Formats: sequence, C-alpha cells, structure tokens
Amino acid sequence: MLVILLGFTSCNNGNQSGGKSGALSNNIAEKVYVAPGEYDSHYAFISGGYSGNVTVYGLPSGRMFKEIPVFSQFATSGYGYSEETKPMLNTSHGFVPWGDSHHPDISQSKGELDGRWVFINENNTPRIARISLTTFETEEIIEVPNSAGNHSSSFVTENTEYVVAGTRFSVPIPQRDMPIKDYKGNFQGALSFISVAPETGNMDIKFQVLMPGFNYDLSHPGRGKSHGWFFFTTYNTEEASTLLEVNASQNDKDFIAAVNWKKIEEYVNNGGGKMMPANYAHNLYDEHTHTATSTMKKEVRVVNPIDVPGAVYFIPTPKSPHGCDVDPSGEYIVGNGKLSANLTVHSFTKMLDAIEKEKFAGEAYGIPILNFEDVLAGVVEQPGLGPLHTEFDGKGNAYTTFFISSEVVKWKIGTWEVIDRKPTYYSVGHLTIPGGNSGKPQGKYMFAMNKITKDRYLPTGPEMEHSAQLYDISGDKMELLLDFPTHGEPHYAAAMEASIIKEQSQKIYKLADNKHPYAAKSDADTKVVRNGNEVHIYMTTIRSHFSPDNIEGVKVGDKVYFHVTNLEQDFDVPHGFAVLGQNNSELLIMPGQTKSSVWEPKQVGVWPFYCTDFCSALHQEMQGYIRVSAADSDVPIKWSLGEDIE
Amino acid sequence: MKKSLKFLTMIAIATLVSCGGDDKKKEEPGYGKKAPVKTEKKEPASKRVELSNKGVGPITSVTLAAEVDQEMAKHGMDVYTKMCTACHKADKKFIGPAPTGILSRRSPEWVMNMILNPEEMIKQDPLAKDLLLEFNGAPMANQGLSEEDARAILEYFRTLK
Repeated sequence: MLVILLGFTSCNNGNQSGGKSGALSNNIAEKVYVAPGEYDSHYAFISGGYSGNVTVYGLPSGRMFKEIPVFSQFATSGYGYSEETKPMLNTSHGFVPWGDSHHPDISQSKGELDGRWVFINENNTPRIARISLTTFETEEIIEVPNSAGNHSSSFVTENTEYVVAGTRFSVPIPQRDMPIKDYKGNFQGALSFISVAPETGNMDIKFQVLMPGFNYDLSHPGRGKSHGWFFFTTYNTEEASTLLEVNASQNDKDFIAAVNWKKIEEYVNNGGGKMMPANYAHNLYDEHTHTATSTMKKEVRVVNPIDVPGAVYFIPTPKSPHGCDVDPSGEYIVGNGKLSANLTVHSFTKMLDAIEKEKFAGEAYGIPILNFEDVLAGVVEQPGLGPLHTEFDGKGNAYTTFFISSEVVKWKIGTWEVIDRKPTYYSVGHLTIPGGNSGKPQGKYMFAMNKITKDRYLPTGPEMEHSAQLYDISGDKMELLLDFPTHGEPHYAAAMEASIIKEQSQKIYKLADNKHPYAAKSDADTKVVRNGNEVHIYMTTIRSHFSPDNIEGVKVGDKVYFHVTNLEQDFDVPHGFAVLGQNNSELLIMPGQTKSSVWEPKQVGVWPFYCTDFCSALHQEMQGYIRVSAADSDVPIKWSLGEDIE
Repeated sequence: MKKSLKFLTMIAIATLVSCGGDDKKKEEPGYGKKAPVKTEKKEPASKRVELSNKGVGPITSVTLAAEVDQEMAKHGMDVYTKMCTACHKADKKFIGPAPTGILSRRSPEWVMNMILNPEEMIKQDPLAKDLLLEFNGAPMANQGLSEEDARAILEYFRTLK
C-alpha cells in the first residue's frame, strides 16, 4: 500500500514539472493561439503509421486539417473503395487494403523545400507514395521489389533527383524457398534509388544496390558538399535471424553505409548493373480522368556494390545506430546508437580523406570498412539514454531525441556541448523542425512525436492517440508550448512554412478538364445504359439533387455502376453518395470530379440513395430511388428527374 | 385496457377538433396526399419587372448592341448547357427560373451579377432574396464563370424569346 502511494506521488510530481504552472506567467498560450479565421504559419505532414495515411496539421496551433489517404482504404472519401482508386492499392500480392506509413519528406530544389510533393514510405508491403501538394491527394504509388520492411525510406536528394528506399529486413534475392537458418551470407538488403521526373514527379526505380544481409534502418542524403552521397544506418551486422533483441546487439559497432549514388548512377548510365526479373506494381492517378491505373513492371536493374569501386564504404558506428542525420552543411553525419551512451558524429571531409588514403580497417563482403577514429568528428558525451533522431535548426545547433530518458537534447555542432534539455511526455521517437531535412531549416518550432501518452489527456480506455509536443526553439533554451494529439502512430513528419503551399492549393477540379470516360458533364449527358448484366448510371450532382433521381429496370444479379459527377464549380462544395445496403463505402465527390461506386443489389425493392455530405439548406431533399426487379423481370431501363414538375 | 385506450383516443380527437375549429381558414395538411396545385395571389418575384435594379456585384454597366452577336450567343449557349442546365431549363421552370424572356424583366447587369455573385445577391438584393423564397430556398450555385462567359450567356438569353 505504501509503495502504491509513493508511486502515485512521484507520478504527480512528474506531471507538475510538465510546465502547466508556467503557461500564464510566460504568455505561452499567446504563442500557439491562432485567432478564429486566421491561419497557422506552418504546415506539418505527419505520418499516420499504422493508419497508413498522412495527416495535415497547422503549426503552432496543433489543429488537424485533413487526413490524406495513402496506403489504406479510407471509407470517409471512398479512397480504395471507388472504382477509380482501387488500382492505387494494387501490388504484386494483389489488392492490399492497409499499409504502415513512416517517413514523409517534402520535395526539394537546390537543397530547399519546394512544396510540390510529399513522399512517404510503406513499411510492410514495401511501397513509396507521392502526394500532390496542390490537390493534397495521393497521385502515385510504386512498389519496391526485393525489399522487406521498407524503413530507411523515403528521403529525397537535394534536387529531388531520387527518393531513396532502403530495406530494413534482408531477404533472399530473388525470393525463394530456403531454410531460415541459412540467412547469413545468403540474404541480401536492397537499397533502391527511385528517380523522380522533374516536371511530373513520376517515379521509376533507376537501380537497386544489393548489399550484405544487414538491417538498413534509416537514411539521409548528403547535401551541399556531400551531395551525391547517401548514408544508411545498419544494425544486425551479426546477420541473426532469430531473437534479434539479443543476437543483433552483440557487435560493439555496426555500420553507417556511405553510398556514392552519383558514381553508381554514372555506372548505370553507361550500361552497368543487370536487369533482373521482378514483379512490382506502379500505380498512377490521373487528376483529369480522376482515375488510377496500375501497371505491373517485370524487371528491375540491380547493382552489386563491389562491381563499382569507390561506391560504397562502411563507417563503424557504435551500438545499433537508428537515426542517420546529416547537418545542413552536409559535413556532419550523426549516428544515433540506440544502445550507446554517447552520440557519434562523423565527418564527411575526414571520410573522403580516409578513402583517398585507403586507410581501411578491413572489409565486409568486399566492401571496405573505414576506421572509426579516422572518420570521427566528435562525440556528444552521455547526453541521455536511447538516442534516436537528430534534426537541425540551421543556426549551428542539433536536437536529438532520447527514447528511454524521454527528452530532447539541444547540442552545439562543432563543440559537441549540451546546451539544453527538455522532457517529453513520454518516450519520444522522431522530432521535426520545419525544413529539418534540408539545407535550409526554417527553425522556429520543433515538435516531438511521442510513443506513449498515458496521463497527458483525458483517458479514452486502453488506447490513447499518440501525443506530440511543440517547442519554441527560437531562443537559447527550448520552450514547451503545446501538447496535441495525433492520429495513428506518427513516426516522422515533414513541415514547412505555409506560404508556398497555401497559394498553390487547388480549390476545385475544372469540369472542362474532366476526362473521365463515364463523366456526365451536364444534364444532357445523364443516362442509364445496360450492357449485359452491367448497368452504368451516368449521374450528376448539384445543390440539391441527383440527376437522374428515379431509376428503374435494374435487376437482382446486376452489377450497377453509379458514376457520379459533381457539377459544382465552387470551392468546398463536395457531394456524397450512398445507396442502402451497398457492400462498399460512400463516395465523396469534389467539385468537377467523377467517382464510381459498384452496387450489386441482392433484394427486390425500391431502394433510396442520398447525399451524405450536408451540402445546402435542401440537403435533406437530395435523394433518389432505384427500383430493383426480379432477375427474370422485363421492367425496362428508365430514368428521370422531376418529371412531374410543371 | 382496450376501453381506456378508446376513451383516450376520443379525448384526443375531441381536443384536435376543438383546436382546429378556431381557425377554419387554415390550409388542409398535405400529408399523405398529392401536392395541391398552388394558387399564388401576390405577383411572384419571378414575374416582377425590375429593369432599373442592377443587383450587387462586379457588373455595374453593360451595353447591349442593337443586333445580337451570334458568335457570342453561340458560345453562351455552350457555357449555359455545360454549367447551368442542371438547374435551369431554357423555357420552363425547373430548380430555378427559366431564362426565356428574362431581359424584359431584369437588367443585363442584374442577370450577370446573379451569375457571378450569387452568394451576395441572395443576401443583399431584395429581389434575389424573394426569388430564393419562391424557388424553395434553393440558392443558385456559384459556378465560377469568368465575366466573359457570363456576358456570353447574357447574349444567349437575348436569343430566347
């Protein structure tokens, strides 16, 4: 009993140090207050983790604006349910309704965020998605073959030449039936360099580097002086296949793999590497047909790193490093050894020097290993427990999260001294500074994404949404401003100043540009067409009616396609569509857009359909009926709207 | 039990009758019956002639040439068909009023402002307010037309007689 009481007391103390008391005296509330009708200064794109999606937030208010469906079906809009979007979730394993999204990254030009696209990786069935920042919709998803646990992804190079996807789990390449115990020396890890077309953003796997069978955990691009290189942390250099929590923690040091992608690109451009058979989906959404197509690709170019001398080196880094972060100048590569007491910072210049002098400690599978001491720039001594990730403010400071000791530690690049530390609540994973993964951070805010929420909010049963915490980092000391709940499990987030994105955000889809094959672009185009047992309904919506709204001649056993075009051309006037008993989600159709829902009626009757989005004062009147007759009936196809109106 | 229910029902009916008895002019409720043909006594807003009202919006002055510009009218018909026919039939009342003969009742400016600025029109223009009521409270949608397209629709309306 005494123990329990003591436990409670210490909990409470912990709570009070959370800063509640300081809020009023320091006017913290004013710093996050965005008055009604006013805008936040920054966008944040936060990964949904096991929701498979991305959420859009405003900073500093911490208000959520939108959930963008990416790798998971989303009944709210019909993504992954509508005929047009089902192909987005196609893979070599068939239709996959769910994904685990991890690391969003905003496209860059000349090392600065350009606000055109957000890329994000799916960990479980390896894929990379590209989201448009004009429509805020997922436009493209490419599956990554030969990969498993697509975790060291999806980070872009400084001109978005590539979005890079590394494998966390090594696997047999190509996949084959073999004993698991034969992992060591036989499994491989693929690092995929996916080219991004400068105008369209379209993705294509340019090459995969087939590395030794380690776990490639996280990665970041070189920038500035180190542009052309990419850095990947590894763990499980022991190549264990079982009980990794013990067996992958044996080596004193694992590696950061430094990959000179410019060199490999040149090799590949000269015909290097070889095409190997593969099978992976490339899914592309066209904003004019409002329809996605899925194409299966049948081969991929692979490169054996030892065939390209000087392309790959291993930098020893203590104790299963997780985060692998490069400072804005490109000189420093921070390896956050999860099990290490110290933070290790490598020097790009020293690395080049050691390579030039060929000072190698040995090799692993033919890849040269550099000496730890030769590459080391400095060590941040005992800053905390369980370092995970580091971001930069562009003013010479770095901020590292510590999972076990639940804190963010600010330290100075070059002197490696700790300047400040602030607690997080609780067990922080990633942190984000707007522009933090670029040559030009827009430091003013930093937010920490925590894995454990516990007592921070009103309890909601055993499951709590994960908590994020916003800090002001404009002064010497970090200042905790705000707690806000997130959705799913945010791993990483990408954030930037609002100006560019705010201006380009699209308000409607132009009806004139609608190229959907089943669009009804005016009332004259509405019709119902039977083709065998398929019935296609070309339907329109405008405040506040469907056209047609009375449909007859459909029979049990038919496959009925509702192709609904929203004729509105006004900002933020979507209409919804649902029909009683459909084994499907609703459709939410944006102005100028066409979406299709399949309904296979099983019962004779007259079934209502209606608009699900409160669109106008007469929204409740926005409804219609579809008559379903017996399979052998001869009721003719008929459709109408307002026939008895004078 | 049955008896007491019947008794209660009778009381209820009696109450209803006595309530209704005071107001014999009250219209019969239309529930469960076909909608009755409406007989408007006051002149409806759609029939009112207001040629000097220019409405509220970006258009303050429109000059109509003596002859209809056929080229422009053709373009206007195209835009009208694509953007307006979900709610307007050329020659009969639908969701909204029919445009045939509209220029004998409305100024060109009013017509264009209604197309380009419906949100403010139904709040600020008394005629547009009345029309909204007459047409079952269905507000006109802003279809985001350019002034040029709205002007072409106006020219098309000149051909509807």
